[in-house]
Amino acid sequence: MTQPLTPPPKKNPEKRTLSPTLPPEARSRAAMGLTAAAAEGRFALQVCGECGATLYPARDACNRCLSVDLRWQDIDPRGELLAETTVRTSTNLYFRERAPWRTGTVRMDAGPVVICHVHGDVGPRARVVLSNRLDRAGQGVLLAMPEAPTPHMEDDPQLRAMTSDPKLRRVLIVDARSENAPAIAAALLQAGAATIFAGEAQSWRPNPQRAALLALGVQLLPLDVTDAGSVRELAGEIGGKVDILINNARFMRPGGVLQRGDTAFAQQEFDVNVLGLMRLAQAFGPAMCARTADGVNSAVAWVNILSAYALVNAPEFGSFAASQAAALSLGQSLRGEFRASGLRVMHVFVGPTEDDWHQPLPPPKVAPAALAADLLRGLQAGLEDVHSGDVAKELAERFRAGPKVLEREMTMGGRS
Amino acid sequence: MSALAELSQALASGAVRVVDLTHTLDPDFPVIVLPPEFGQCAPFRMEEISAYDHRGPAWKWNNFSMGEHTGTHFDAPKHWISGRDLPNGAVDEIDPSVFVGPVVVIDCSEGAAQNDDYELTPDVIAAWEAEHGRIPADAWVLLRSDWSKRSGAAYLNLRDDGPHSPGPTPEAIRLLVEDRGIRGFGTETIGTDAGQGGHYTPPYPAHFTLHGAGKYGLQCLRNLDQLPPTGAVLLAAPLKIKGGTGSPLRVMALIEG
Amino acid sequence: MGEFREHIRTPDGQVRAVTRPRQSYAGVALVAPATVPYQRYSIQTAHWWIARALRMALDAAGLRPGDLDGLSMASFTLFPDTAVGLTQHLGLSPRWLDHIPMGGAAGIVALRRAARAVQAGDADIVACVAGDTNHIDSFRQLLSSFSRFQTDAAYPYGYGGPNANFALLTDRYMQEYGATRADFGRLCVAQRDNALKNPHALMKKQLSLQQYLDARPIADPIALFDCVMPCAGAEAFLVMTVDEAERRGLPYATLAAAIERHNAHPDDPIQLRGGWTMDADQLYQMADCGPPDIDLLQTYDDYPVISMMQIEDLGFCAKGEAPQFVRDHDLTIAGDFPHNTSGGQLSAGQAGAAGGFLGLVEAIRQVTGTAGPTQVPGARRAMVSGFGMINYDRGLCSGAAILKGNGP
Repeated sequence: MTQPLTPPPKKNPEKRTLSPTLPPEARSRAAMGLTAAAAEGRFALQVCGECGATLYPARDACNRCLSVDLRWQDIDPRGELLAETTVRTSTNLYFRERAPWRTGTVRMDAGPVVICHVHGDVGPRARVVLSNRLDRAGQGVLLAMPEAPTPHMEDDPQLRAMTSDPKLRRVLIVDARSENAPAIAAALLQAGAATIFAGEAQSWRPNPQRAALLALGVQLLPLDVTDAGSVRELAGEIGGKVDILINNARFMRPGGVLQRGDTAFAQQEFDVNVLGLMRLAQAFGPAMCARTADGVNSAVAWVNILSAYALVNAPEFGSFAASQAAALSLGQSLRGEFRASGLRVMHVFVGPTEDDWHQPLPPPKVAPAALAADLLRGLQAGLEDVHSGDVAKELAERFRAGPKVLEREMTMGGRS
Repeated sequence: MSALAELSQALASGAVRVVDLTHTLDPDFPVIVLPPEFGQCAPFRMEEISAYDHRGPAWKWNNFSMGEHTGTHFDAPKHWISGRDLPNGAVDEIDPSVFVGPVVVIDCSEGAAQNDDYELTPDVIAAWEAEHGRIPADAWVLLRSDWSKRSGAAYLNLRDDGPHSPGPTPEAIRLLVEDRGIRGFGTETIGTDAGQGGHYTPPYPAHFTLHGAGKYGLQCLRNLDQLPPTGAVLLAAPLKIKGGTGSPLRVMALIEG
Repeated sequence: MGEFREHIRTPDGQVRAVTRPRQSYAGVALVAPATVPYQRYSIQTAHWWIARALRMALDAAGLRPGDLDGLSMASFTLFPDTAVGLTQHLGLSPRWLDHIPMGGAAGIVALRRAARAVQAGDADIVACVAGDTNHIDSFRQLLSSFSRFQTDAAYPYGYGGPNANFALLTDRYMQEYGATRADFGRLCVAQRDNALKNPHALMKKQLSLQQYLDARPIADPIALFDCVMPCAGAEAFLVMTVDEAERRGLPYATLAAAIERHNAHPDDPIQLRGGWTMDADQLYQMADCGPPDIDLLQTYDDYPVISMMQIEDLGFCAKGEAPQFVRDHDLTIAGDFPHNTSGGQLSAGQAGAAGGFLGLVEAIRQVTGTAGPTQVPGARRAMVSGFGMINYDRGLCSGAAILKGNGP
């Protein structure tokens, strides 16, 4: 049974912080299909379009019929553990530092036999459910989990090495003025987060969320993402103890290009949504990257809450959507820049939210608590892309099905 | 000895002193808050260009940005709709002689300490004139409220129904502009109007009346408690911004003794 | 002749080839077994090790490099060169050239191909050579790019390398057939006993069963003495006609039979048998003998479980009975079932691709009576088995050969 995590002791200042190391990250192009599915928390394997065989490891041709028509499809993840080993020494630094490490061979009900990580609560020869996870190198890997939940199963060291679980971690919520800040703080505290900091811009203005945040025990600290000095100052203060950063800062106004007579709101949108992200990353990124191997409360994830319209522009919010697309692109850059550290960038794509600026839009809209729950699930599962709310989920589906068609639908008012 | 030579000597001897009436341009200094669907005044922001480093080895410099009406600032007639058609209504068009001139200070600090919505009324002006004499024509009139000593949320003093801070009633500002013929009106608060000035008729009477008459405004002043009620000289020269409706600026006063 | 190859699918789904009778390897001689003494680490290159092995084999046969007209080469660390680059590097002008990237099966496969070339007259004298160097950290680097499936689907899982792969097979084998660690230990202890007689073996200390059982765990159930020690080394032998060998007065072995198979039993969920099961019958048929006629067996022993599998699949006992077999037999040189007489890779060291030659070169020595301190009395018929290339979860290449000689 998994031993529950205990709060780490205070850091010994004389001890060097472990340097981040990564599990092997090289993959063939075909194998990245697993990564793509893992980023969204889907369990998918290659299936032959001709003979229907399920294939693993990923191939470029079917080993039954030589067809090259191979597609990634969601597959029944259940199977049986045939054999297992506990690796106690490895030439790879990442696993060497984390040994012992349990791996095994699972025969899937769907056919393939896979070598996978094995959760500590899986019994010998047991039935398992495979899950597809991103490892710290950001690549998809298979993990055999117990068929039924076990106590504290999320604390299994191998599983925790793949997730961004907030339990016992310290979180910075960037914008304490956002409607979603109290809901996010509450969800994370409920999930065992050790400390929640929240950044408050313009402390000379009343903050309607202030009372709720203080009641939760959140520490409010001055932070204005449009002010490089303010961002730097807070990073200097708490940058070494932010394990999860949730960038929920957002400036939005309705309108595309022509409806507005100027670029003033656009400047604010880009200043907060894009340059703000950049300022935060420049100030907090390096310290977080240096602390990704720092024990139980290591730095683990960088979360950007983005509009679902980052994927495709919605002209009613055209300028804002453009800033979201830019922020998404910047987040992709951060994935590259954070890569060597294993710090994960998670994007939460959220549909229209219950707030002033979406007030004229019809439902469904995402309530703060629903957004917070999706965000938390994403962290706990270690995802890279979370689609929060029905609109965001549907938009992602339509985007996958055909970006050009979706673009045309959006330019025609959102529907065909 | 010429007048200027005398002034120089007085400055050198300390017989005339310079008082700085300006707040530091600080990213955290409040700016006026309008309903969010309106355009907003940009706060002061500064980004480093280089600091003796790879971006410029031997020098340090910054870019900064802000609105025309950020920090201690000057309002030109063009700022308000009532002054939009006046000649020379933009900061670059104003005769520079306007930027140096006599100033009187009406001390309302006691009243403002008791009432956030303290009003400068014709009665208050009359009482002041009874003590200090009639407000001279073409003088700057500054309303001392000690509001500049407030910080944080107390400065804008925002509540659910908006900001609360002292300011002139429509009658008072009309008195100063139409009867006394002042050059301009200045305050320690975020605007020349009271926090609740939008509820007067006309709304924002100081802005409306001053600028409609080609007069100027100064706001976010400080150190007014160091000025005498009369007899000081004000130096307030806005940046020469083409077509500018206002400008952050360094405001100083010369006082005797 | 005149019959055509056809395949049948057996009820359990495996493909079985029904072939024309294989042509014999008559007239082919294996001579000049050469071993360059292994080193744990070497600052030399694979080129250096291969050159030394070639030179030793040529010297033993009284030949000069120009006398070679065929070359077969196996190496993991020759990169970026191949056998082609090696010809220029070493100044050879062969009219027949081969490169065998099959690791533990390289010896058997090289021999099969060289023998056919000599039989057909495509070459007169073929040198078969395998060699690798071992720099500090080169084993880790070799692992990191071994195969696409390893990269995609094995290394990311604990990066145990072959240790982890064979740990899984061993775990399953133990579960399936009731083997114990002591059974594997018996095999390892016997090989260490043999290695103590081999002056070139890297392992020079006696190993007791208790030491084996108490060893540091590596990847459960694999512990330290289940693992080979990577090292630098090279092995070589020459293939020529029997006439040529006799004309030169060289002791020689003949090739009674040989088989190879790749990616056998792909539907087995986990490897408990190798490709030998598909071809062993033909091996014996061709050699006109059976398991009891084999005087000594050289298995490919990167892990003891694989040697057990070979003992079973090559017909020395039934499937799953190798644990009992090693309990019942003495596997040392002087024993009733001499096995891996040079100590095998487990005790002599694993010199990369040369590990795929180790048993074969030793077998040539044994049946030609030139094995010296490891000589098995009366060794006239030896079986050599090869196994290699853990492409993902199992070894894909298997091969075996039966050598004959006049013995000591």
